[in-house]
Amino acid sequence: MTTTGVQEAGETAERRVRVVLVDDHRMFRTGVQAEIGRTDETGVEVVGEAADVDQAVAVIHAARPEVVLLDVHLPGGGGVEVLRRCAALTAAPEDPVRFLALSVSDAAEDVIGVIRGGARGYVTKTITGADLIASIFRVQEGDAVFSPRLAGFVLDAFASTDAPPVDEDLDRLTQREREVLRLIARGYAYKEIAKQLFISVKTVESHVSAVLRKLQLSNRHELTRWATARRLV
Amino acid sequence: MPVAVRVPETTDDPPVRKLYRSADGRMLGGVARGLAGHLGLPVVWVRLAFLGLFLAHGPLGVLLYAAFWIAVPLGVGGRSSEPRTLFETTADGRRRLRKPDRGQAVALIALLVGAAVFAGTVDLGGDANRYVWPTLLVGVGVVLVWRQADNARRARWTEPGSRKRLFQLARGLAGVALVGLGVTVFLVVRGSAAQLGTALTAAMAVLAGMALLAGPWLIRMSQDLSEERTMRIRAQERAEVAAHVHDSVLHTLTLIQRSADDAAEVRRLARAQERELRNWLYRPEGTGKDEADEPETVADAVRRAAAEVEDKHGVPLEVVVVGDCPLDERLAAQMQAAREAMVNAAKYGGGGGAVQVYAEVEGRTVFVSVRDRGPGFDLDAVPEDRMGVRESIIGRMRRNGGSARVRTAPGEGTEVELEMDRAEETDG
Repeated sequence: MTTTGVQEAGETAERRVRVVLVDDHRMFRTGVQAEIGRTDETGVEVVGEAADVDQAVAVIHAARPEVVLLDVHLPGGGGVEVLRRCAALTAAPEDPVRFLALSVSDAAEDVIGVIRGGARGYVTKTITGADLIASIFRVQEGDAVFSPRLAGFVLDAFASTDAPPVDEDLDRLTQREREVLRLIARGYAYKEIAKQLFISVKTVESHVSAVLRKLQLSNRHELTRWATARRLV
Repeated sequence: MPVAVRVPETTDDPPVRKLYRSADGRMLGGVARGLAGHLGLPVVWVRLAFLGLFLAHGPLGVLLYAAFWIAVPLGVGGRSSEPRTLFETTADGRRRLRKPDRGQAVALIALLVGAAVFAGTVDLGGDANRYVWPTLLVGVGVVLVWRQADNARRARWTEPGSRKRLFQLARGLAGVALVGLGVTVFLVVRGSAAQLGTALTAAMAVLAGMALLAGPWLIRMSQDLSEERTMRIRAQERAEVAAHVHDSVLHTLTLIQRSADDAAEVRRLARAQERELRNWLYRPEGTGKDEADEPETVADAVRRAAAEVEDKHGVPLEVVVVGDCPLDERLAAQMQAAREAMVNAAKYGGGGGAVQVYAEVEGRTVFVSVRDRGPGFDLDAVPEDRMGVRESIIGRMRRNGGSARVRTAPGEGTEVELEMDRAEETDG
């Protein structure tokens, strides 16, 4: 993974992404490292590792990776705390650090927590290596990565406000965004969604990003209410 | 076989009759009703007997009644009648004062008349007559407070509303006030009012002294008690977690060690265990414990069907459920169709990775999609006599007023979409 000479290896190797791994289980870090860290084949270069919040913040600031694979449950305050203390990097206008949450838990409170903290996606640890690599690249490009489960949570969050979306009301998901989410929840890949809805993959990705944006910013009130109703907060 | 005969005999026998005071339809302590229930007599007879005793012998009747009241525990025994409160709920949902039923009113009037007659006729001679009224006052006060204590006990069975609690508080206070009044009158009648001040001061001094002496000890004791309770709760929780981990996780790990060569089996065990542990950890309190009974909501049904299929066929199913609603007959049919679709997907499409199950309750419509990434098939090429898809899924949905769509093509996997409206009578 340290050899970097072979640039002409293939199309994936042309794109490079620098990744920091944050997880308190050394075994898991080693596993992920083995799965995605073969830089020549995957294009992923693991430039740092951390096992708790303080380490993570230090490593991320020092290495300035493009993507951080972030565990949700960490000693020292959890993934949300890392996101909070790296907020400046996430919001940086140039080369922002993107966070992809990678957790064994897919409980609603964990998922919603880190997404609202600013993570660009959420995948569970059962994900395959290839899918994880694809997700990392997608996040690096600024797109959101939704697992079917996460799409389900979001739909659920907005299900109570099922009134027809009003254009000026940015808080609601548009019909199209809902459709996209529904297909994600049904296990469709972005490519398949594009085919089904007769739109481009880029459009699908921008819909998903829009959902994430609304989830983080505009819909605080609604989500809080939702979370409170379910005793998540 | 004497034993075999005896068993049904004992079960046919009425349960051992124990004397309880009746909490239902009682007037004072429920003694009369409890006794009546125990003896199998009409309650009026018992009440009249008590009244007769009371009139004839005065203190004897009262003492007997009081002794029963103190010694006999409150129960739901006696005559079983619907729980009665002072209020009743009318058809339109308002509460109004319950119309007293005739028997009770008569009994109450009889009781009052009896008391008045007793108070009027009793002649203890000379000075002693002055004590009758204060004694009665104290007596009524004590009765009120005692009933209050009964109610505190009864509250364990029934959750009282805040209005009722206020009422109870008022009643307790009234009791205390009556006792206080009676005692005061006693003192005033007995000696001059001037002595009252001294007596009160002395009493206060003694009470304050006792509080000072015993107070810290009492506080410490209550603190110790609550601390111990917390510790006990914590210990119980820990024991429960330990028991669960032992029962499920450790067993699964043992099984995995034993069948380490069989990758499919290991995966199946691990997935089943993961799902179970996840349920146990993340589900809200009180659910997921009684796995045996039937699911009552759509979400529950889908998850359970998926879990069963996953266990049986060893293919992972990823379940996403949005919204939830109670199951009705049509939805139950839909769940069966969905289950069939899951089985098909696991059987034929499991090679392509996890099967995706998606259920959504949206307004009145329930939508379920089951999708696999297997080889897919040509729907038209399925022979007529194959019942699986045609009858169990499409036919079943149609018969129950829903619709089913199968989307498949060779090489593209299969998706079954089931749509069903909820039955009319269930409210959204």
